[in-house]
This record gives sequence, structure tokens and C-alpha cells, in this order.
Amino acid sequence: MNGEIEALKRKAYQLRRDVVEMVYRARSGHPGGALGMADVLTVLWYKFLRADPQNPAWPDRDRFILSNGHTCPILYAILADKGYFPREELWKLRKLGALLQGHPSTAHKIPGVEFSSGSLGIGLSFACGVALAGKLDKRDYRVFCSISDAECQEGQTWEAALTAHHYKLDNLIAILDRNNCQIDGPTERIMALEPLAEKWRAFGWEIFEIDGHDYEQLISAFEAALKGRGRPKIIISHNLLGKGVSFMEGDHRWHHGAPSDAQFEQAIRELRLAASSQASGIGG
Amino acid sequence: MELKLGEKASLRQAFGEVLVELGEKDERIVVLTADLAGSTNTDLFAKRFPERFFNLGITEANMMALAAGLAMSGKKPFVSTFAIFAAGKPWEQVRQAIAYQSAPVRIVATHAGLTVGEDGASHQMLEDINNIRVLPNMDVIVPADAVETKRVIHALKDHDANPVYVRLARAPFPVVFDDSYEFEFGRAKVLRQGEEVTIFACGLMVHQALRAAEILAAQGISAEVVNVSTIKPLDLETVIDSVAKTGAAVTAEEHQVIGGLGSAIAEALGEHWPGRRASPLERVGVRDRFGQSGSAEALIEHYGLTPEGIAQAAIRALERKRRR
Ligand SMILES: Cc1ncc(C[n+]2csc(CCOP(=O)(O)OP(=O)(O)O)c2C)c(N)n1
Ligand SMILES: [Mg+2]
Repeated sequence: MNGEIEALKRKAYQLRRDVVEMVYRARSGHPGGALGMADVLTVLWYKFLRADPQNPAWPDRDRFILSNGHTCPILYAILADKGYFPREELWKLRKLGALLQGHPSTAHKIPGVEFSSGSLGIGLSFACGVALAGKLDKRDYRVFCSISDAECQEGQTWEAALTAHHYKLDNLIAILDRNNCQIDGPTERIMALEPLAEKWRAFGWEIFEIDGHDYEQLISAFEAALKGRGRPKIIISHNLLGKGVSFMEGDHRWHHGAPSDAQFEQAIRELRLAASSQASGIGG
Repeated sequence: MELKLGEKASLRQAFGEVLVELGEKDERIVVLTADLAGSTNTDLFAKRFPERFFNLGITEANMMALAAGLAMSGKKPFVSTFAIFAAGKPWEQVRQAIAYQSAPVRIVATHAGLTVGEDGASHQMLEDINNIRVLPNMDVIVPADAVETKRVIHALKDHDANPVYVRLARAPFPVVFDDSYEFEFGRAKVLRQGEEVTIFACGLMVHQALRAAEILAAQGISAEVVNVSTIKPLDLETVIDSVAKTGAAVTAEEHQVIGGLGSAIAEALGEHWPGRRASPLERVGVRDRFGQSGSAEALIEHYGLTPEGIAQAAIRALERKRRR
């Protein structure tokens, strides 16, 4: 394993600790999806995304649109780490008057947030609009849009999928959090999505299906997706909800909910241990 | 669930429990949700009657039109999701498939208003009374507490002629009614008699209005409090009679002042006022703003939906009355 990957993995565990602490201190929020997406978003934000924290409005920046807005703790942790706003803001999450709202908000002018989400199924259409504008303006920014698997139940997601293909939006890369979970249970029990990759393929998208915790797969998927021309791309990232915190892993009930004092301590301990085993090259 | 006066109790739990009782009596009752069975407490019905329960995943537009199909095929559908995803996202499906066809679907929306709390503006539906009230054939009911919620849900069992929207909240509300309370569809109820100003309220604001009346009484002001739980059809008689007596009106709601209870009362007074000199009206609610994250209590304070806020509005109305 090379040093770059180790460093990325350590970063992901550091961000996970922030996620858990934010939700713990807020006494509410959505840790599960956020923890599962930590690896894919770390690879995106720390290796591929072209952005300048000192100049969040830079016209040529790559756009990151979080359509599954409830997972915002991981985005906020990344933005704070990158210096978009002071880290202290993280601990005011969800409180009255705070910068960091329970769901991402451009209305509150959160630096680095491109889209106000929270209502599922809307973000991919917005991303199509941003990608179309990029084409019209002949700018070479790329648009990355995170969507959840349960969002693939909303009809609008498929309207956006048609649109992106129709307009050949090859500057658009969707990242699908395939964790098989939604609020009331496993997706396949609530409203079956499979065969999901085949659906996206049939809609004309280029598919990259990967293990969302395997850094080699993550990196090569982003590299290939960034090369593809002529059509929109989707990285179907098989993620484990709650990844890194044993009692949350794979349990849809951690879609939302704050850990107790004891659970918080255990979670932080586990995440520290996992990070240090990265450092010494064990595990992974 | 036991309900004690003054203690907080969950409206959605009351809803979920009564739904099971109704299900026992009538097998035409079917229940639908969109990945919010637990949050709407329709999971109680799902456990008891799994074959009559449909969790449609996150497909609200689909769910509304599907419910209309069930209703027009002899079923009695109760549809439940958060208010924003009931009266917001699938609004046109509600208009086209439910309201226009007058399909007797019972939409019971939870998580309305600011008291959603920490999730913030995206989830705090402050426009639903407006959105649904404007639709022909739709009735709108906003229960004040868990007791009234139970009565309302029981009444819906026979609400077969046209569709109805019921607005519930996430946060538990203080119980304001004892067990003898009766809900009468289409009737506003005078809860406290008064002479100088009428406070019309719905939902959580009924409790706040009753406390406001006490604050006012301590200052020697006699306020009447009216629970307008049926917002549509509005009980014109009770509304006009009360204001004809007091000569000043305040409305209080956990909703935009535009389009909700305040607008309904303003329309009624404007159109049906019998006397010569119009009465002043002050509206308490969210004033053309979005919500934000915060605890339910902090938000209620911040947006002025408090007993004190209502009392101040009453005093403003009284001052305007004197200047008439
Ligand atoms: C349109 C819409 N309907 C319902 C909800 C309520 N809700 C929030 S998250 C969620 C589903 C969670 O599943 P997923 O999006 O896959 O997220 P995960 O739990 O995997 O993080 C639901 C139903 C919503 N936010 N938006
Ligand atoms: Mg999911």
C-alpha cells in the first residue's frame, strides 16, 4: 500500500471522528450514511476535486452537490478541515443561529455548499443545470453529485438521468451511496431497486461499480470517470452504513440518531484505533 | 397512551393508535407511507395489518395518485408522510388525482411547522395549510392536541364524500382537552369566553392562546379563545359572531401568516363582516420567512409564537380598536 492511500485513509478516519462528535454534540442528526460515504468523499475531495477554500466562488471550481442532504456532517467535516469555515462551527451544528444547518443551505451562505438539499430526489436535476451552464459557458469545471440509493426511488432522479444522457453531460459524475439502507429498513425490502446498475446503464450512463472502502478501486473509478467522454457517468459505490463504528455498521436504524455518552466514547476509540492501524500499515 | 391535561403528548402516536382501532372495525381501511412508517407511527398499523399496509419507498408523487386509485376502487386510504412531502412535493398529484376527482383519501401529515426543530428549513413545512386550503373539494383540519387528534382520526373513518388533509406535528404538544372533548367537523369551538378581543388559533397555538388569555386577564383584558381546528370549511358563524361581540381579532398559527389560518379569518371578516366599522386583525405566525435549525422551543421563541407574542398582538389589536 502506498503512502498516499494510507494518508487518505487516515484522513477519512479523522473526518469520521468529526462526524460522530458533531452528531453527538448536536444530540441529533444523521451519522450512518455520512460514515459510509467518508472514504469515497475523502478520495474525491482530497485527490480529485479542484477547489479553492480561500475562494469558494471561483467560477472554474469543480462543483460538489450533495443531493442526499441528511449526510451533511461528512461534507461539513471536510469543508472545516479544508478551511472553508472555522472548526468551531462544527460544534454548533443544528443549533439556533448556527451557520451549519441540519441540511445543507445556500440560504445560510455556508461556504462550500453549492445546493440546499434535504428533500430527496432534487439534487441530480440541479446538477444537470450546473453542468449545462458549464457547457454553455465553455468552462471546464466538473460537476460531482452525490445521491443516495433511496433517492433512486424518486421519479425525479430518473427524469434527471434521462436529461443528463439527452444533453450528453459528460461533465457530470454522479456518486451513488449504495448502502442498501433507508429509514424504514433495507432498500430491497421497502422498495426494491435491483438490478440498479442495469437501470443506470439502460439510461445511457457509463457505470463504475466499486467497493466504496477500497481505495485502489475508488481512485481508478474516479480516474476513469474523469476520462469518459460523450455521456454522464455514475460511480456506484457499495458503502457500509456506519462504517468504522462497530455498533452502527450495516444497521439502518443509525440512519439518524445521536450516540449516548458511552456509545460516543466507544465510537471515538474505535475510529482512533482504526486510524492508527492505518498508520502502522496493519489492516485496511 | 394515557393523556393528562397539561402534560405533553404525541399527536402522531395518537394517530397511529387510533388507526389500528379503525383497522379492526373496517377492512376497507388501507394505510400508505413513503419510507416514514416509524416517524408517522403508521408502523403500529403495519404490524397489526401487514397486508393492508403499503410502504412505497420514497415515491410521494406515486403514493398520492396510487391512493386515489385505491379510494376510487372502494378502499379507505390513509396516507401519511411529513407535511412537506404530503402538501409540497406531490402537490399536483394531490390536486389532479385526489382533489379534482374528489377521491376520498385521508392525508394525515406529520412534522408540520417549526417544531420539526433541528432538521431545519427544508423539513419545516409552513405553507401546507395554504397549499391544500386552496384546492376545491379538500377539507383541512389542524388538531390542537393528542385528544383532539384521536377524535379527528375517528371522525375520518366516515369522511367518504371528499378528501381531507390533517396536519400533525413532530413535537408532542401539551394536552389542552380532557377526555370529554368532542370534535365536530366544520365547527370552531369557543374554549374561553371573553369580551374585548378574540384569539383564533389552531394546532400548538391553541395552548399558547389559552395562556395568552391568562396573561391578558392579569392585565384586566378579557380575551375570547376559539379553536379553529377545521380550517376548511371555515365555521363562518362562530367566527363572525365572536368578532361581532369583541370587535378585535388575533390569529395564531405555526404557519406562514400568508395563506393559512390568518388569511382564512381575514377573508371571512373581509367578506362577511355585517357591521359598518371593520374590526382590526393582527396575525401571529411566521412572517414570510423560512425556518431554520434549532430546538422546537428555541424556534417558537425566536419566531414569536409564544403566549407573550399573542398577548402583545391582542394589545395591538385593542389599541387599533380604540382608534377606530
Ligand atoms: C422527498 C423526501 N421524502 C422523504 C424524506 C425523509 N427521509 C430522509 S432520509 C430518507 C431515506 C434514507 O435513505 P437514504 O437516502 O438511502 O439514506 P441513508 O439512510 O442510506 O443515509 C427519508 C425517507 C426526505 N428527506 N425527502
Ligand atoms: Mg441508503
